[in-house]
Amino acid sequence: MTDALDPTGQQTRQRAAAAQLKRRYARERRFKLYGQLAIGIALAFLLLLVGRIFEQGHTAFYTHALTTPVYLDPARVDRVYPSGANYLQLAADQQAERLGVADDPVAVREVRDLLSSELNFVAAAAVEADPSRIGQTLQLRAPLDDSADLYLKGEISRNTPEDQRVLSDRQLDWLDQFKANGQIEARFNTVLFTRSDSTQPELAGVLGAVIGSALMLFVTAALALPIGVGAAVYLEEFAPKNRFTDLIEVNINNLAAVPSIVYGLLGLALFINWMHLPRSSPLVGGLVLALMSLPTIIIATRSALKSVPPSIREAALAVGASRTQAVFHHVLPLAAPGVMTGAIIAMAHALGETAPLLLIGMVSFVPGVPDALTDPSSALSVLVYIWENASERAFHERTAAAIMVLLTFMIAMNAVAIILRRRFERRW
Amino acid sequence: MALIVFAVLAAVALGAFLAARARARVRSGAAWHSGPVYHAVQALIWTLAPALLVLVLAAVFSDALWLQVMSAGLPEPIQALEPFRRQAFLSDVRLVGAGGLPMQIWTGELSGLLQSEAARSSRVQGLLDAAAAVAAVTLALLGGLIGVLQVRPGLRARNRVEAWIGGALFVCSAVAVLTTVGIVASLLFESLRFFQTVPVLEFLFGTQWSPQIAIRADQIGSSGAFGAVPLFVGTFLIMAIAMLVAAPIGLFSAIYLSEYASGASRAVIKPLLEILAGVPTVVYGFFAALTVGPALRGFFNGIGAQLLGGPLDSVGQYLLLVQNQMALVAGAVMGIMLIPFVSSLSDDIINAVPQSLRDGSYAMGATKSETVGRVLLPAALPGIAGALLLAVSRAIGETMIVTMAAGLAANLTLNPLDTVTTVTVQIVTLLTGDQEFNSPKTLAAFGLGLTLFVLTLCLNIVAQRIVQAYREQYD
Repeated sequence: MTDALDPTGQQTRQRAAAAQLKRRYARERRFKLYGQLAIGIALAFLLLLVGRIFEQGHTAFYTHALTTPVYLDPARVDRVYPSGANYLQLAADQQAERLGVADDPVAVREVRDLLSSELNFVAAAAVEADPSRIGQTLQLRAPLDDSADLYLKGEISRNTPEDQRVLSDRQLDWLDQFKANGQIEARFNTVLFTRSDSTQPELAGVLGAVIGSALMLFVTAALALPIGVGAAVYLEEFAPKNRFTDLIEVNINNLAAVPSIVYGLLGLALFINWMHLPRSSPLVGGLVLALMSLPTIIIATRSALKSVPPSIREAALAVGASRTQAVFHHVLPLAAPGVMTGAIIAMAHALGETAPLLLIGMVSFVPGVPDALTDPSSALSVLVYIWENASERAFHERTAAAIMVLLTFMIAMNAVAIILRRRFERRW
Repeated sequence: MALIVFAVLAAVALGAFLAARARARVRSGAAWHSGPVYHAVQALIWTLAPALLVLVLAAVFSDALWLQVMSAGLPEPIQALEPFRRQAFLSDVRLVGAGGLPMQIWTGELSGLLQSEAARSSRVQGLLDAAAAVAAVTLALLGGLIGVLQVRPGLRARNRVEAWIGGALFVCSAVAVLTTVGIVASLLFESLRFFQTVPVLEFLFGTQWSPQIAIRADQIGSSGAFGAVPLFVGTFLIMAIAMLVAAPIGLFSAIYLSEYASGASRAVIKPLLEILAGVPTVVYGFFAALTVGPALRGFFNGIGAQLLGGPLDSVGQYLLLVQNQMALVAGAVMGIMLIPFVSSLSDDIINAVPQSLRDGSYAMGATKSETVGRVLLPAALPGIAGALLLAVSRAIGETMIVTMAAGLAANLTLNPLDTVTTVTVQIVTLLTGDQEFNSPKTLAAFGLGLTLFVLTLCLNIVAQRIVQAYREQYD
């Protein structure tokens, strides 16, 4: 009877159409969901990345120091040459005696392993400042060894079987005892910011690398900025349209996409092997990074110059300015915010660049702060790589902390760029 | 010494500048063509340009001149040395003459000769330096004098200064070309030396990669094998995994951002994605090595433990042996890094499709997804293909993530759970040790670098052509 009610099949068709519409809308919703999902995944990774770095790195910003009484035994400290004494051993022997294990050489060594070799320098400095202290008992404060520090931060668990951790059961007992005595205090890890690289995690800091990176960026900016702006001004304002300028243009676009490691090879062959500039120096690093960021700066400057309307140029020319005057007195100052924004972003990128620096020898261990452009030096990004490769577990948290320092600098630079753009950008 | 010369030059230049400006400021009599500043700058150029040219020439040729003078008066015993030893002796003479320590120990009469020759070298060097300094300062004084005396009303100082500025700007843009020339020359030159020891075909098609060259010739395995196919396959595998992650996520993000997202959410999401693009690659490497690697390893080991003893026992055994450093880890993290790259390029390209195409599709009753799938994507396809090619080129050239997360074993495999190595990893490994520059091991890195450069250059050129042609289509 349905046929009779719906002789033309209209209802069936309507129903089919409605069903099809429903399917199409469902597909539409699915499609939109895929888009949201994609963005969600990307942002989730960003969150995970930042969260993990913070989670791994925040513990590196505080550290535990041990205050220990050391009797400066005149029999073991030479009055003539006080800095030659082994204060670390002295402190360990006395500490072992207080713990009642002085007869067991293994135990004495285990006590010594809890102390940092920094104690040597602290004691030597104290004695050198006042030689009459020899024979007295001093309260000396020095960082704990990195593994002891990790235990106090809860990174090494007592539940791990003893043969699978770096500290023995009695070492953990002693640490608990020191803590109960109030000999151990947690404080801000100043070493991280006032020292340079070291083989001992508790004495390693980022200062040398930060200075090295700063020197390198100085060289990069001093070279890439004038040359890049000059090249962009030439190409945009002066260059005749011919084959050579076309070639330069194609060239710059391709240079911008050359893998950074190729610039490292260029730097190695050109600056180190041919020109004999010193290896691992900020000078060579800065030169390589300058060549690398040149295309970026040229492209940014050109687009900033392009956005200055031709009427400015024409007005200047109309009142009798020469082409050079029109460009340098009017166009370039108006394009300056855009140029600076592009340049700062290029510098921030250069700060994070690592691969080319590995090839010019920056990966070598540099314990000091570079004094000159030709001194061996490290860089912040390379330090991240070096510390990530280090075997001591305490370097892991310091790697994350170094990353946080690096990211802070990059965020600051980008913030300056954004503020510049917001403040001075003109819409024509 | 150099500092004093530069200080003197700066003082002379400043004097010439001020004198010329003072003369031009008088403005007496006839009409002046150029302003005082241009006259002053021209005097400055006259002072500095010849002097600096002399200093540069002196720096370039002083080595050759020094060698010439030193070789002319070498005592008999050194003349008799074989050429290689003579060179070493001369370079030590130079070091000692400059107040340093010799690189080698010279015995017998050579030891005494080293001291006497070093004294002579230091005299020669001092003479050369003094000559250059005197020449530079004299030229600066002469040039400054000419520059100042030249100042007169009819002098077209502005045009001359502007010609200098134009020249300087041209030199700046030539630096970009010189960089390319430098890259190609250094890569080609060193690669050619490498290919003299290892044939090109063996390098490109050999399947054995073990570049351990022994230091002494009689050591075992001194030959080394330089077949780069495992590296190419490893690079390809990691690139493919990265693109599998980055292409869909990046593309869908771009579609969502350009077609669905409201202005406000776009203004929040885009900068967040740009942060992802601004994170240094070494940070991604750290993330891959210490977070993603152990997590994925734990995941696969867990599955392996479940499968043990079951019908898939052998699979389980394999999964239990999976390492932190697998291709999947490096590829996945590299994919995350490329997401913003793909998405921002695709976003630009999708936005470049004219609105009329969208409106036409909507007018026919199509939903948004249908418009995207049947109108926008086909129209934007060439551009998106170009964007993906650029991402591929990025993935191939990326270094830090793979160096920190992919490993060193040159396995010829397409299994994403295996350890593979890539071209860039090998370049870094070959060049970060302390080794002499001329061993095949170091030169091999330049061979790999040349391959990498040529490959990425071709990809970039093709991709840029495609994107360019696509843009013009809708302009």
